[in-house]
Amino acid sequence: MKAERNEKVLLQGLARSDKKAIELIYRENYNMVQSLIINNSGSTDDAKDIFQEAMIVLYEKVRSGTFELNCLIKTYVYSVSRRLWLKRLQQMNRYVPAMENLHETVPVDDDVEENERIGSEFQAMEKAISSLGEPCKSLLEAYYLEKKSMQEIASFFGYTNAENAKNQKYKCLVRLKKIFFAQYKNGNGNG
Amino acid sequence: MAMDDIKILDTVERYIRGEMTPDERLYFEQLRKTNPEIDQLVVEHTLFLQQMNRFEEWKKFKQTLHETHIDLTQQRKIQSDRLRGGAKIAYLWNKYKRVTAIAASIAGVTAIGLTILINLFTPQIKDPKVQELVHRVNAVEKNQKVLDSKINYVDKKNQQPVISTPVRYNGTGFLIDPKGLMITNAHVVKNSRNIFVQNNKGDQFKAFVVKLDVSRDVAIIKIDDDSFKSFTSLPYSFKKATSDIAEPIFTLGYPRDEVVYGEGYLSAKTGYNGDTLSCQIFIAANPGNSGGPIFNHNGEVIGILSAKETEAEGFVFAVQSKYIYQVLDELKKSSLYQNVKLSNRSSLSGLDKVQQVKKIQDFVFMVKGD
Repeated sequence: MKAERNEKVLLQGLARSDKKAIELIYRENYNMVQSLIINNSGSTDDAKDIFQEAMIVLYEKVRSGTFELNCLIKTYVYSVSRRLWLKRLQQMNRYVPAMENLHETVPVDDDVEENERIGSEFQAMEKAISSLGEPCKSLLEAYYLEKKSMQEIASFFGYTNAENAKNQKYKCLVRLKKIFFAQYKNGNGNG
Repeated sequence: MAMDDIKILDTVERYIRGEMTPDERLYFEQLRKTNPEIDQLVVEHTLFLQQMNRFEEWKKFKQTLHETHIDLTQQRKIQSDRLRGGAKIAYLWNKYKRVTAIAASIAGVTAIGLTILINLFTPQIKDPKVQELVHRVNAVEKNQKVLDSKINYVDKKNQQPVISTPVRYNGTGFLIDPKGLMITNAHVVKNSRNIFVQNNKGDQFKAFVVKLDVSRDVAIIKIDDDSFKSFTSLPYSFKKATSDIAEPIFTLGYPRDEVVYGEGYLSAKTGYNGDTLSCQIFIAANPGNSGGPIFNHNGEVIGILSAKETEAEGFVFAVQSKYIYQVLDELKKSSLYQNVKLSNRSSLSGLDKVQQVKKIQDFVFMVKGD
């Protein structure tokens, strides 16, 4: 009973990006995933990659608000990691060994697919922003990501007033949105 | 036309963020119903902003995972092997910290003994192992110096602060030499009759200008005050080469009466008009930060934060640290400062930010002029 409640608290913490919750989940599950990867022809770097990807899948899932915990975090992370690693091996055209199930698994294919879609969207966004160049990149990041006020941005970037900064921001935004929506219409960022 | 577009976007953003008054909102919603273009813009921009927010959270989460991995590996709470570079040094440092502290007390004797031995018996052989030993002894000596400077600093704490004077210019400066030579922005000090520097404990010391370079907005000042006790060494070093784009950087400074930390990244390797002695940075800083040091993750000074205004809008620049080497070379031509030498070995590499900042903050001062 108590364990179940703890799991719930952990997941709520994860949804808030609480550092302690993240650390705890990391600590309690990393070694398990690492042995899975290493025992199936992967390296420690692969293990880190796969485990962190699995953490992102879990994170996106708890944040979506529809996540019902019907298995242990451990089971979920293991299942996702296993699926991700199988996919990775297939992509590399490597012989896929019959992976032994050392732990219980749950079906996670849909979650992994969804995560892949989100991931490629974000990568497209990252690419779009960096393709803007400076000062657009820093300007838009300061306003839309770091949520700085136009006043702050004006003094920070050395604009004579907030109005000038706003004009420049607008020009940059039009460029970014153009790239962003072009990718969006082309089936979410294949570019 | 463009002005209108900007205004419309502004209004749409305020609407999405819920910043409108009820009346405004009602009016705007009416407008949305009758004007399909506005309606489409709202839908499109909402989607865009949502995506931006999620993107930011995703990026932050990835960063947290990365940091967590390093933390847990260092604490040996996960079995990830193959620590490399900074992570390994930090890990080893934690492991051997205690041993080094004990060894420091007997290091003086050993150091002399070992040097003689090496000189007598192996003058020509460059045995890497022997060199490594010498390195280690040097490291221990350094450690002792750090301890000494800590003692100095405890002494200083007991002194009474100087009575403060009315102040007109404020900025930040940092030591480039343990005996009180300091670098800051020229505009902070150039029109001042009296210059005071103040450390993070509130102690003030009188200082005078040694060299001014108004075109680069860099000044070298020297603390000239009986109550100032020299340090034995500086914890940070000065990087001679230009740093890489996207390198994370941080600064310490005095935008207010207390030392404040800010971080950012290197945006471009050159400054305004391709100036190779400066660089473009993005950093959380305020006017009082100007003249402050810019550090990379190894705790090396890579530049001086400059608030200098240029014709180009939208950039923040820093003067690169290699410029400090140049100025100092010029300064050395006069006899007074011939022995000043910039350290090129940082004792901060591999430490985490919190530890680095703790070690650095005693060497960063508020600079005041009247």
